Amino acid sequence: MRNDNIAELDGVNKRFGNVVALDDFSLEVRPGELLALLGPNGAGKTTAISLLLGLSQADKGSARLFGLPPQSIEARRGIGVMLQEAALAPELRVFEQVDLVASYYANPLPVAQVLDLTGTAPLSRRPYGKLSSGQKRQVQFAIALVGRPKLLFLDEPTVGLDIQSREIVWATLRRLIADGCSIVLTTHYLEEAEALADRVAVMAKGKLIVTGTVDEMRALVVRKRITCHTRITVDEVAGWPDVQTVSNGQHGLLITASNTENVVRRLLAADEDLHGLEVQSAGLAEAFTELTQEVR
Amino acid sequence: MDTAITTMTSGRLWRAYGVEAKYESVRMLRTPAFAGPFLVLPAALYLLFGALLFGSAIEKDPKAAWFMFLGFSIMGVMGPGMFGFGITVATEREHGLLQLKRALPMPPGASLLAKMLMSMLFVAIIMASMAAVAPLGHLRVPAGSMLAFSLVGILGSTPFCALGFLIGTFASAKSAPAFVNLLYLPMIYLSGILFPMPKSAEWIARLSPAYHLDRIALAVLGAPGNDGVFVHIVVLAAVTVVCTVLAVRRLARHG
Repeated sequence: MRNDNIAELDGVNKRFGNVVALDDFSLEVRPGELLALLGPNGAGKTTAISLLLGLSQADKGSARLFGLPPQSIEARRGIGVMLQEAALAPELRVFEQVDLVASYYANPLPVAQVLDLTGTAPLSRRPYGKLSSGQKRQVQFAIALVGRPKLLFLDEPTVGLDIQSREIVWATLRRLIADGCSIVLTTHYLEEAEALADRVAVMAKGKLIVTGTVDEMRALVVRKRITCHTRITVDEVAGWPDVQTVSNGQHGLLITASNTENVVRRLLAADEDLHGLEVQSAGLAEAFTELTQEVR
Repeated sequence: MDTAITTMTSGRLWRAYGVEAKYESVRMLRTPAFAGPFLVLPAALYLLFGALLFGSAIEKDPKAAWFMFLGFSIMGVMGPGMFGFGITVATEREHGLLQLKRALPMPPGASLLAKMLMSMLFVAIIMASMAAVAPLGHLRVPAGSMLAFSLVGILGSTPFCALGFLIGTFASAKSAPAFVNLLYLPMIYLSGILFPMPKSAEWIARLSPAYHLDRIALAVLGAPGNDGVFVHIVVLAAVTVVCTVLAVRRLARHG
């Protein structure tokens, strides 16, 4: 483990009865990075975050936050948190919610500034209980930011948000990263991770499957996708070397192949009227599916 | 590693406790289903029974006048703590707010203290309303005694806060009101504070913190028929400590 890590789990085990939630799991969060923690339901993401937040303790191994135990209040003064399932007091107004959480920090942002930053200023005087679910997420985002955190934990931050609000969240996160803040993001929206993450950690069944940049993740999946309009039939292409799957799709023939160059060369040779040719690398979604499939 | 973690000045730390208490009180005052019954009922019921229905009878019986005044006052002391803690702790626990606050750098015990201060604020308002209507129930209490009685009521709300806190740590948000009522109603009817208990059943009344608070209040007001307060203070302190310890342990284990 690097000693400049903002937060880290080192060889942690965590069981709930007979269920192994984390199995010799290690993870580090580096300064100024956005780490996307991905995994199917039940992979252990929430347990890992709970350990880093000091909400539970590992059966074995250690958790550190700014080099301190996560239960330490000094360590927690450096973080901002947005949990997926936290219902704030419905009677308090938006301004009051943010003001309350600001009081927990040594040097918080002015409440009005946070409301402007997160697009929640027009909601300032409204009771939290009267907001839509998307607006509530925006307020929770404001609460996560108000303490000028050096490390931000975001659990599904854009669930229920409209496109405009999601853009505000994404833009704010990019600005925070540029200012040196570290972010741990758990999300089921792979395009969100693809758009924002410096590094991705894929988990399954309590284990870390792989970690790396989005490009490194994509490179792990050798498949590429070819689409084209051609008179060559599915049966014909299915017998070619390097072809993994082939089908007729909305945009013509859809082929996945391990060596696209060879397949494209053969397609062009076999049909000189072929058009609409596109070759795409595997996205994070394909990489995620392939990486987690082996463990399921 | 250089964590660059900033420390809180003691001024900001105290402010955090203050802000937590302020917003806890604000939210409960904005909850009509909570604030309405607890703030209005004790004085309203006292006026109904002590002035309108039985006013002429208790005018000739000072002991009955004291009994009725103390009974409705103690009832007022019990409610905010038991229901305020019981229902809000259960709801916040179930809806993840307690967990969020544990993850955030909320100062230790701030939520607990805020709820206690909220209950005390409610009790102070109830005591003021009872003091205001006392003359209508044919009671003449010197201002000093009434102030001392109010302080006893405010401090005496702590064991009821602790009972509510304990209920809130195991009850669900939906079942918490039922669990609190399961304790609150027998405490009112079987503690002898509103209905005299026969001598043979006084042991049942002694099981209730309400009985012991009633005894302390009697002594402070100098009402006839009071005895020593030490045992009663010990009982209330024991209820507070035991319930709080059990509740804190349960929260630490089960969240």
